[in-house]
Amino acid sequence: MRLQIPIALGFLAGAFMIVQFFVPYYALQMYYEQLLDWAIIIGAFALVLGLGSLFRSHIDKIRSRHPDYIYSFVALISFAVMFFFGIFYGVNPRTTFDWIFNNIQVPLEATVFSLLAFFMASAAYRTFRARSVEATLLLVVAVIIMLGRVPITDYIKFVDIHGFSEWLMSIPATAAKRGILFGVALGIVATSLRILLGIERSHLGGGGGAGR
Amino acid sequence: MPEPSGITEILGIPTDIIGLWVAALLTLAIYSFLYGDNPVYKFAEHLFVGVSAAYGAAIVYHQALVPKLVQPLSAGLIQPLLAGNPAAIVWSKATLLIPGMLGLLIFGRFFRGYQWLSRWPIAFVMGLGAGLSIPRSIQSLILEQMHGTMQPVWPLTGGGFDNLLLIVGVVCTLAYFYFSLPHRGVMRWLSRIGIWFLMIGFGAGFGNTVMARISLLIGRIEFLLYEWLPTIGIHLGGPGIG
Repeated sequence: MRLQIPIALGFLAGAFMIVQFFVPYYALQMYYEQLLDWAIIIGAFALVLGLGSLFRSHIDKIRSRHPDYIYSFVALISFAVMFFFGIFYGVNPRTTFDWIFNNIQVPLEATVFSLLAFFMASAAYRTFRARSVEATLLLVVAVIIMLGRVPITDYIKFVDIHGFSEWLMSIPATAAKRGILFGVALGIVATSLRILLGIERSHLGGGGGAGR
Repeated sequence: MPEPSGITEILGIPTDIIGLWVAALLTLAIYSFLYGDNPVYKFAEHLFVGVSAAYGAAIVYHQALVPKLVQPLSAGLIQPLLAGNPAAIVWSKATLLIPGMLGLLIFGRFFRGYQWLSRWPIAFVMGLGAGLSIPRSIQSLILEQMHGTMQPVWPLTGGGFDNLLLIVGVVCTLAYFYFSLPHRGVMRWLSRIGIWFLMIGFGAGFGNTVMARISLLIGRIEFLLYEWLPTIGIHLGGPGIG
């Protein structure tokens, strides 16, 4: 029963979502929105689990005197400060929370992601070799798309690189993307059906105990 | 507690300038990783982890938990009960006890012997997501994409050729992923052309990703050159002068 009831619960929730999609009845729409709110509420509780995992990882590092344990204090203290201001003073503009977000989180996030530009360039230099038609095609298209995104190619008058890169994006690249999307959609439908019918149970694992 | 929004300076220094310096130093701290892993980078990295996690938690608290659970439950159920006026209970709000209870069951994972209780909310959310995604995937990822692909191909000028190429590209890409037939004869050529289209797609994806990162890099460098450096008297001109 410890497994059957959750499977039945998942099936009922999923079956309702499928039915409401095809039946345009206002009451079903109302319940649909209510169930979405319920999922958001449960997700909020689930966030605590994630935070617990983060804390446990850092506390374990501190306890075991890991070589970098001092930085775990940085993570925990920065969490505590941001969380304190966010919960008690709100998240509106012109609050301390907003100040930390704009002057610490946003620059850090943008810089960390911009750092990837260097690593991608380095990886591309080391691995990109035009050894076959396919590899050459990938390399040439990547270069054209990059050139199409920089303003300096405006000065090249004899060929419309911007226009060509847009065409590459909107026709051949879109065709490839659509082919992949069909496969993705079939995969989503198959996996979802497996979950609803209780064939796929990996998300229910880890609970342990009798009656699995 | 009062809002600290009135603070505009600390020790006589405007908070905007302090923010600028904090952002600039953290930017340089992250870029120091290009030289090698170092304590300054590790500090900035862990700061990022802590602040980001707290940001997510605070936003979820204020934008999901409070308006969707705490406030409606309080107004519709708890306050009437505390006031001794059960007639004022809004029973529709009491249904929120269900997601509240399901949410609490997640914490069963922390208690030995009760871990199985956490399956209920997980199964509910997974079932909801699965049921939601089946019709929507079919609609948006299959039917709409097919509709977008099957466009008129005649006359070839004026968009017809592009539409034809789109159809050929999609069919050949699908042929490459179709493994129920051996890739021999016509199928070999179709799948070969499919690979070419896929390579163009991957190349375009790679180029776009690189340029998105480069764009972020330009943004950070512009910030350092045109917003931070002027605070120490170095004016280089250019956009966004602070």
